[in-house]
Amino acid sequence: MPNSSVADMPDRSLLMDRSVPGRKAINLPAPDVPLSVMPDEELLRGGDDLRLPEVSQLDVIRYFTLLSRLNFSIDTNFYPLGSCTMKYNPKLNDQMASLGGFANIHPLQDDDGVQGALEVMYELQQWLGESTGLPGAGLAPLAGAQGEYAGLLIARAALDQRGESHRNVALVPDSAHGTNPASAAMAGLSVVTVKTDASGNVDVEDLREKANEKTCVFMLTIPSTLGLFEPNILEINRIIHDAGGLVYADGANLNALLGLVKLGDLGVDICHSNLHKTFSTPHGGGGPGAGPVMVTEALASYLPEPVVTKNEDGDFRLGRPEHSIGKINGFHGSFSILVRAYTYMQSLGGDGLRAVSENAIINANYVQARLQERFDLAVDRICMHETVLSGKRQADRGVPALSIAKRLLDYGIHAPTMYFPLIVPEALMVEPTETESKETLDRFVAVMQAIDDEIDSDPDSVNHAPHTLPNTRLDEATAARRPVLRWKPVDQ
Amino acid sequence: MSSNTVSAHPFIPNTPSERDEMLSTIGVDGFEGLITDIPEEHRNSPLDLPGAASELEVATRMQALSALNQDAGSCPSFLGAGAYRHFIPSTVGAVLQRGEFVTSYTPYQPEAAQGVLQSGFEFQSAVAQIFDMDVANAGMYDGPTAFAEAGLMAARISRRNRILILDTADKRLVDVAEAYTRYQQVEVEQISIESVLNGEIPEDAACIAFQSPNFLGRIEDVQGITDAAHAAGALSVMHTYPIALGMFKPPGAFGVDIATAEGQPLGVPLTFGGAYVGLFTANQRFIRQLPGRIIGKTTDTLGRTGYTLTLQTREQHIRRERATSNICTSTQLIGLMVAVYCATMGPSGLRQVAELSYHKAHYLADAIDALPNWEVVGSDGSTFFNEFPVQCPISPAEVNRRLAERGIIGGLDISDVVPRGMLFCATEMNSRAEADRLVASLNDMCNGTAA
Amino acid sequence: MYPDDLKYSSEHEWARVGNGDVAEVGITHYAQETLGDVVFVELPELGSRVDQFDKFGEIESVKAVSDLFSPVTGTVTAVNEELEQSPELVNSDPYGDGWIMEVKLDDPSELDELMDSESYQGTLE
Repeated sequence: MPNSSVADMPDRSLLMDRSVPGRKAINLPAPDVPLSVMPDEELLRGGDDLRLPEVSQLDVIRYFTLLSRLNFSIDTNFYPLGSCTMKYNPKLNDQMASLGGFANIHPLQDDDGVQGALEVMYELQQWLGESTGLPGAGLAPLAGAQGEYAGLLIARAALDQRGESHRNVALVPDSAHGTNPASAAMAGLSVVTVKTDASGNVDVEDLREKANEKTCVFMLTIPSTLGLFEPNILEINRIIHDAGGLVYADGANLNALLGLVKLGDLGVDICHSNLHKTFSTPHGGGGPGAGPVMVTEALASYLPEPVVTKNEDGDFRLGRPEHSIGKINGFHGSFSILVRAYTYMQSLGGDGLRAVSENAIINANYVQARLQERFDLAVDRICMHETVLSGKRQADRGVPALSIAKRLLDYGIHAPTMYFPLIVPEALMVEPTETESKETLDRFVAVMQAIDDEIDSDPDSVNHAPHTLPNTRLDEATAARRPVLRWKPVDQ
Repeated sequence: MSSNTVSAHPFIPNTPSERDEMLSTIGVDGFEGLITDIPEEHRNSPLDLPGAASELEVATRMQALSALNQDAGSCPSFLGAGAYRHFIPSTVGAVLQRGEFVTSYTPYQPEAAQGVLQSGFEFQSAVAQIFDMDVANAGMYDGPTAFAEAGLMAARISRRNRILILDTADKRLVDVAEAYTRYQQVEVEQISIESVLNGEIPEDAACIAFQSPNFLGRIEDVQGITDAAHAAGALSVMHTYPIALGMFKPPGAFGVDIATAEGQPLGVPLTFGGAYVGLFTANQRFIRQLPGRIIGKTTDTLGRTGYTLTLQTREQHIRRERATSNICTSTQLIGLMVAVYCATMGPSGLRQVAELSYHKAHYLADAIDALPNWEVVGSDGSTFFNEFPVQCPISPAEVNRRLAERGIIGGLDISDVVPRGMLFCATEMNSRAEADRLVASLNDMCNGTAA
Repeated sequence: MYPDDLKYSSEHEWARVGNGDVAEVGITHYAQETLGDVVFVELPELGSRVDQFDKFGEIESVKAVSDLFSPVTGTVTAVNEELEQSPELVNSDPYGDGWIMEVKLDDPSELDELMDSESYQGTLE
């Protein structure tokens, strides 16, 4: 690797270190009203204790443009990050969300003045209901984790109503994402872990033993975090229902099911969907998301506020369902994200959504088939939208999954999800998505093979990757031991 | 079912022949061979949805739907109450055009996400500065959820289980706090300012949580509340309006322990209530109890400065059911808008926006109060920022209906809090002419006679 | 790596009884190596009570968190405040500068419940 010289290094100093007193990036108009008496001096902020950057407008633009270039993104890189569904985010979605009639409406305007917005929400409720086979849809949750929490509150409220508030256990497979137990804890449920069997399925016998009169919900990620469809799902749902509990499906991976199967048909009672995964809304570097919650007809009256209804005159109204779990956030949900998802669903239509799932599954299985000679599979069987590899063979040769992931970055490919699910040693979870072409997948396979070769020829280099990015590996230990979480002037 | 359900779509590049080739590499005869785990009786249940639409068709429909809405960008609006129309400088939209920001993922691979991380560090720095608090996290879903999580954090720190919310706070804040604590053996109750200042605070109070400016726009006695909370061994939790901090003393100046806000006023359009970002700040000694993501500064193996997610053991992906919260987002992109806004406005810009909003609101309040039959409520010398309640001579719903006919978006009907009450808001976006038009319309509406 | 003068618990903590009834407590070499870079140690409060084999605190590495279990019963008489600034001492010197707390024992005979170096090492294989 050539040493990068100072001349190659962009100036990454923080805005406050670029600040020059008196410089400004914007002018504001002078007051056009007579000035009122100012409040008591003791309520007011001192003249110079607000320390924000003083920079020119060009400084602002050049700085943030520079930062944008220090980033991987879908627009610039293949991003096979398992369980995150990094598919193409169509530009039309963003354009529609920025239309004045959507971007400039206040959440507390009278319903009559926002009929277009309410129609978007109403239709999206219907379409998500149709896509999941769970006709009651609530759009309020602001992310998957909030949808999950809303789902659990619905389950608890429905059981409370039945006089079964003693049901306080959430059964969670050991392969689950950490959010499942965290949400369960927030909903006051204790978590009982259910084992996964050797084929990657829920251990039905273990589940049978643990499902009982304390069971509130079974939280099933479907397809599972191993990228597998649970073949015993009908039996599992029967076991839970016979025990008097409800089945909650974590629909994070709904992108593998569209038009192929409906969760409601399988006996699922509640699910959520991450619109930023299946329905192509941008991840934004970590949000905003949207996590609508869908339920059976019987549970629809418990949905979070608000739900949009259509009255006999064809007018749309925001409302609170009869037994609603209430407000879980300030207003009506991530509306700008809902607009994007609705735009996307129109672009695809019913058949297109099925094609999304078909091609997501084909792409994942193609990558799995081509890589399984060099890399172990967590489970050797047909997968759904993602495949979980295990870097055990590579780790035995001295290179852990972490280093393979980091080395991929040097080839301009984002790392797969690493070390998850927790039950797979040296896990590398690969989700190509349907929006990537065969050529891209072939290049990914070639790069993975090249890295596997490098493990023999130059393991040290792989273990110190990445070499070509704005930073080499970062000292995360010091960051956590002595946290520096904001800019501070030198004198503090 | 044929394996070529849809021949070509702009978002799906595989051609029929490529699909066949890939299926044969996988070793199955057709696509159906990949979904045999799905119970047969439920497999291939068709979606009863319209067919695919072209970009032109979708845009046409969405534009038509957009046009059905009364757009606060093209008519005067006096609505606030938690979401505010402030000026958004052109820089915010320009940065938001960068697909490198928009389409990146959570920065779990810090070497490939320095842009997201460093801009997030700028966000944390700006928020901490505006609040004058030690630390800010990388962002929460929205203001009310940040406030609810602050109450839960206070309960963890104090090991007490009663969250007391001052009864002048927005009911939305109380509702969300209630939904967040429902099954956590934590009680949410309301308390009056008199009880707080008289020290009538129960022993098991985790915090006194309050909003300032409060729901009706007034500045609370932050020092009095904070001192009373501390004297009772409870924390002081303040929910605020970040623009107001351009002129009013920030929470840090009063010794507040945790301070939160809706971040939307800082450069984010109204968008019907979301997506917004919650601002969350705290005293340094509580950093291990913070919910949400936090970005820290560190160095790489070559000694160069870089940024990374830090203190991750608090979070759900590690601590699972014992995490400080189940949140797995920082609403990063909205936080980026806030960071660009703060960089653009700078200290003088933020102060000017605050002062303009203050003066415009006071001008409007004086003009409405001067009308016969219209009265600004509670104008007893207490300070308000840019919102104020008015008692209308007729029902507020009727007022808004008549204003809508004149192309004006009126205030918020708060007749459940103040009899015939309406909450008006003004910002730098409201010109004097707009305010005069509103006042004239209100005057016309009643012609000096109470209906 | 596993000094002979210490007593060990199956949860990978050690206790050192010097003179009388006061024991120093820390985590073993094996524990620190398994955890990786230690970034935070949640110390018990001075004067608080700890019970043998019960949780008394937490220890964090960058991407893991583990409970700390006391090998002895008694009252905490000292904590290693150095760890607040330098938790890495647990990695670099687990039996010395990386000690965690000192406990005045209720009943020194309960040390018999712990393992000697040889049997502890046997459990690691």
